[in-house]
Amino acid sequence: MADPRNVDIKDQPGFRTIAIICVGVLYVPILILMLFSFNTGSLVTHWEGVGLTWYGSALLNEEFHNAAKNTLIISTTATVVSTICATLAAIGMTRVKPWRGLPAAFMVINLPLMVPEIITAVATLSFFALIAGAFGLNFGIGNLILAHTVFCIPFAYMPIRARLEDMDLTLESAAADLYATPWHAFRRITLPLLVPGILSGAALAFIVSFDDFTITQLVAGPGQTTLPLYIWNQIRRPMTPEINAISTILLLVSILFVSVSFLIARRRAK
Amino acid sequence: MANVVSRAALFEAKAERAASRRNRLLATPALVIIGIFGVLPLLIILVYSFLEAAPYGGVQWKFSTDAYLNFLFQQDIFDDTLQFTPDFLIIYLRSFLFAVVTTVICLLLGFPTAYFMATRTPAQRNWWVLLITIPFWSNLLVRTLAIMFIIRDEGLINNLLMGLGVIEKPITMLYTNFAIQLGLLYSFLPFMILPLYASLEKLDFRLVEAANDLYATRRQALWRVIIPLSLPGIIAGCLLVFIPALGAYVTPLILGGGIHLMIGDLIAQQFGSGRNWPLGCAQALILMAAVLVALYFYVRNTSGKVQHG
Repeated sequence: MADPRNVDIKDQPGFRTIAIICVGVLYVPILILMLFSFNTGSLVTHWEGVGLTWYGSALLNEEFHNAAKNTLIISTTATVVSTICATLAAIGMTRVKPWRGLPAAFMVINLPLMVPEIITAVATLSFFALIAGAFGLNFGIGNLILAHTVFCIPFAYMPIRARLEDMDLTLESAAADLYATPWHAFRRITLPLLVPGILSGAALAFIVSFDDFTITQLVAGPGQTTLPLYIWNQIRRPMTPEINAISTILLLVSILFVSVSFLIARRRAK
Repeated sequence: MANVVSRAALFEAKAERAASRRNRLLATPALVIIGIFGVLPLLIILVYSFLEAAPYGGVQWKFSTDAYLNFLFQQDIFDDTLQFTPDFLIIYLRSFLFAVVTTVICLLLGFPTAYFMATRTPAQRNWWVLLITIPFWSNLLVRTLAIMFIIRDEGLINNLLMGLGVIEKPITMLYTNFAIQLGLLYSFLPFMILPLYASLEKLDFRLVEAANDLYATRRQALWRVIIPLSLPGIIAGCLLVFIPALGAYVTPLILGGGIHLMIGDLIAQQFGSGRNWPLGCAQALILMAAVLVALYFYVRNTSGKVQHG
């Protein structure tokens, strides 16, 4: 038994072990998947040698190119549009005198987070089928961009709102005291201070759009394959380690954007 | 004098109205996009659920309650009478069970983890949070795939066990209920840890010291002080796991192999091979109703807590 006087009373026995097990469980499967992407053999689970064979074959693959192109078009557009909308909405809805309809506006902004993805997916599919049938409207890949923008907005909104809530109000009133017009105060004081929140929000919006599978799978028309859909198509065929290589690329993109968003947020905390 | 004051007040009120108008205008683009492409589609599936199915997918504009009837009853092929068929109900109950088990196990693993994280030094805490945040935001499809690689017949676990001579033939784990349960746990564990951590991080640990001074053991401090104080975080975490687990689509699709269905696959099926959109819409709305019930309990439980500080 350890001497009770030397033990931090905050520590609970066994919690450290559980924490380490949790992190292990979360990481071991994805690390193994990444490891096998460097396998030169053609079997997903049998190791033959280390090499970048499958990255080469993925990068030379025409279907992969198309999927990557579609993904980038959709994610970039959805990120830009949703981040702009979320920034404006956050400014109009955070620390302002409550306007009529503000509580309802909060609900609408957060709605995409509360509805299970599969419901959003079939609802969006029904919606686009209806406007295609009734008005002959089909935006092509624009359908996917619009669907993605909807669920990206709340993700972009959260960090921007958090940043606005932390912001020092006295700076704005100081600017006003120095005869800055409201627009000037916003342009020179608020907006520069808001940039980290906007970047962090944009990074999150990009990840959720880049990774989306459920909604994309149901809404996508023929030829609108994105990277997650490409992976799904590969799963249904005899698998080669190419799928590991592409999965690894997807994971690395997520890790990169999460880390960027995280570091920006951490700088704020200091 | 009074005139000047009232004029100033009038001017102020006017400026405030203008500010409110401007703020509403700023929120408009986001609200319009979500309104048209997020809220309207939900109303459309409500309408669709009361229509008849068209033979090759889509709907026919004829009012019908068949979709809801078909949820519990099937028309007998021979005499047209309605027979109680619990197939869909069983899938709903099974999904509910999966979601409850996932929530409970995630809480049992997630609480100690979040507590351990919250009691580290600030620098260590940052690393732990990043460590949990990365899987939180990583591609769910890829993470599910990673589980599939491990539990396949020729996967890592079976290879390891056979290599050690523990088993002779591979144990079938993929495409079983076990695989789905494992996949759900793996997918949603970070969704439990992060909200719990957010709540535990704000905990005033002087209260734990006070409990200690009053001769509480560490376990007593845990059950009587720490857990009651972190209840809002526990409820938030449970909800963030329960709702997506109940509507899970990717996990059963890949790890259940289309044999063991959950609600999510069942709904998607009606829009694909099932070609019964109204039924799919009705099933989606019944799932939505379950989610709203869960959210209602959340709001009711937290609104009481907030007042106490």
